[in-house]
Amino acid sequence: MLSFSPSEEQQMIVNTVKQFANDVMRKKFRECDEEGRIPAEIIDTAWDLGLVVSCIPEEYGGAGWEHSALTGTLLAEELAWGDLSMAIHILSPWLGVLPIVEMGTAEQKKKYLPLVCGGKFVPATAALVEPRYNFDHNDLGTVAKKNGGYTINGEKCFVPLAQDAAFTLVYAGDGGSSQCFIVDKGAKGVAVGEREQNMGIKGLATYGLSFNGCKVPAENKLGGERGCDFKRLINLSRVAVSSMAVGVARGAFEFSRDYAKDRYAFGEPIGSRQAVAFMLADMAIEIDAARLLNWEAAWLVDKHEEATRECCLSKAYADNMVMQCTDYGVQVMGGHGYIRDNPVELWFRNGRGFVAFTGLAIV
Amino acid sequence: MIDFELTAEEKAKIQEAHDVAEKQFRPVSRFYDEHEHEEPQDIIDFMWNNRAKGFVTGLGVVGAMMVEELCWGDAGLYLASPGPGLGGAAVFAAGTKEQWGKFLARFNEGKPKWGAMAMTEPGCGSDTSAIQATATRDGDYWVLNGEKIFVTMGHRALDLSEGIIVVWASVDKAAGRAGMKSFVVEAGTPGMKVEKKEKKLGIKASDTVTVTFDNCRIPFSNILGKAEVKSKTEGFKGAMATFDVTRPMVAAQALGVTRAALDMLREEIDRQGIVIRYDLPRSKQTALERDIIEMESNWRAAHLLMLRAMWQLGSGQSNALEASMSKAKAGRAATLITQRAVELMGPLGYSRKYLFEKFMRDAKINDIFEGTGQINTLVVARRVLGFTRDQLK
Repeated sequence: MLSFSPSEEQQMIVNTVKQFANDVMRKKFRECDEEGRIPAEIIDTAWDLGLVVSCIPEEYGGAGWEHSALTGTLLAEELAWGDLSMAIHILSPWLGVLPIVEMGTAEQKKKYLPLVCGGKFVPATAALVEPRYNFDHNDLGTVAKKNGGYTINGEKCFVPLAQDAAFTLVYAGDGGSSQCFIVDKGAKGVAVGEREQNMGIKGLATYGLSFNGCKVPAENKLGGERGCDFKRLINLSRVAVSSMAVGVARGAFEFSRDYAKDRYAFGEPIGSRQAVAFMLADMAIEIDAARLLNWEAAWLVDKHEEATRECCLSKAYADNMVMQCTDYGVQVMGGHGYIRDNPVELWFRNGRGFVAFTGLAIV
Repeated sequence: MIDFELTAEEKAKIQEAHDVAEKQFRPVSRFYDEHEHEEPQDIIDFMWNNRAKGFVTGLGVVGAMMVEELCWGDAGLYLASPGPGLGGAAVFAAGTKEQWGKFLARFNEGKPKWGAMAMTEPGCGSDTSAIQATATRDGDYWVLNGEKIFVTMGHRALDLSEGIIVVWASVDKAAGRAGMKSFVVEAGTPGMKVEKKEKKLGIKASDTVTVTFDNCRIPFSNILGKAEVKSKTEGFKGAMATFDVTRPMVAAQALGVTRAALDMLREEIDRQGIVIRYDLPRSKQTALERDIIEMESNWRAAHLLMLRAMWQLGSGQSNALEASMSKAKAGRAATLITQRAVELMGPLGYSRKYLFEKFMRDAKINDIFEGTGQINTLVVARRVLGFTRDQLK
């Protein structure tokens, strides 16, 4: 039966996260962007919501809910509405955990899942993106060579929380396809680079990683010898990042809409002019459009059906949508949108990043 | 629970509509495009004889998806199919139970009939408050006077069948919008005359006519809604309730034509052996792949917005905002996608040997009728800003 209503359980999660985003994240997001750090107490409060451990089986210390990408998109939108840097930070353990929950061997689950199920936030992360303009996740420059175990060589970037991560899932070429390897903290042959400086997501600590003859035991290949379903992981990430784009765009829309009602020019609110009002209408339409595409893609992913096309459409649409909406957010506010006293320039900077963010989040 | 799955029964109905589109509409699609104003009698008879299947009601999610399928076959022939149409939708949305019986029962008996709606006049289109047609009370009757243009299916409703037309007229010009009311006029009523048949850019199988009213007398009870002129908005509530249904319905029409163009484009691309690589990052995709992905995602997004508006209607939620969103989006998407399909196919797209150019012409009307894209954007803007029509003109 076709329906566009979240379940009661999903609605409860959304309400909780929405409140957290509004009461906690929105109070500090500008400071985080300016200072390049996220206060530990915010991360701790988010941890206490229990989002991350929700879909880890109980036997490994989690809450044992059934994993749902659709539920993930609902909460990721709200978190990203609060702040994108914090959202990626808060959900970063999923980068390490969800692929293991879905595709890991029994030993991998036993060894790694409990690491993030303690009473406090423990970062885990993934290294997918590589520092080149024509980066292609299907044709990775980082390579794992089999010789008993695996030896990894290559360069990664955009690795959230790499410095402190309990473990990192490293994606590398392996016999012509992309595979995933679990690399322990402090493994030899891995150099964590300087913290990266980007146009946006400045609150989030991301790093480059260099792999130089890094040896990984054979049993650390995700899913064992058979490997993992890499296409599905990309789908899960495309869905996650798209929902965050919706959250960021919604933030820009709501803020500039309110401004357009309050700001007077020529004796009336600027929102009384179609030139401004139509930008806001387009934003409202495009945000809903992107969200529905996102939901449908996530729904397909949850059904374990072939969803590459839908996830691609959702992500491509969301990438354009979020840039357009965050741009309009600045444009509606004019000069006031350009100054850092107002948040739309921050969302505008974050908006452009989405085209490159596949791999930075997973739901 | 968010769910995009249709039941097996729903899928079967949609498939049935698709079969009609493919086997009945598509083979004669070009013929009726090139023979404007000729009667597609076989199609009319077939659609009338199969009316119980609900192909053209357009109500609900499944109804809308059936309309989408028929318009995939041919948008003009869909409009030409007998049924209550926009006039019927207005009666359904704003009429009483008695009026449903009196005016809608006919669409289920006897010979083929059509319903039409008359709002636009030579001097006003989107600005319906400027309507000049009048309805004057005379005892147990209303007397209608005025001229209506761009009446879709007016010829078949009034000249070729015992159909109905819903006419918008003012009962009190001084009251402005509040004085605007809608009236049902039955075919054959003296004083009503179908005049000019328009020659159009597309949807040529449908007729679009001028209807004049010269002291046309109709029973008092033919008014939809209340006769009194009350609050400022009262008079337009009926029209607005109609739009909640008809806007997503027109969105479905737009999406049907557009998917026809997309499907044909994909067939041609497949024939060339080109594979669209959805799994590649954007930077590695070709211009063609990017275009296809943009067109497909745009179509899919508009389709989901349309389904949401219809689903809301079916589950008793107010959908005025979402209905306008879906119409604005689908009209624009249809325009852009069908034009791009012609562009991508080059000389083949432009040639009348193929249907791409026809899809582009047929699609364009969807960004115009039932509220232009701009009017629907204005409705969305007012609603998201919480502005009245005086605050946002």
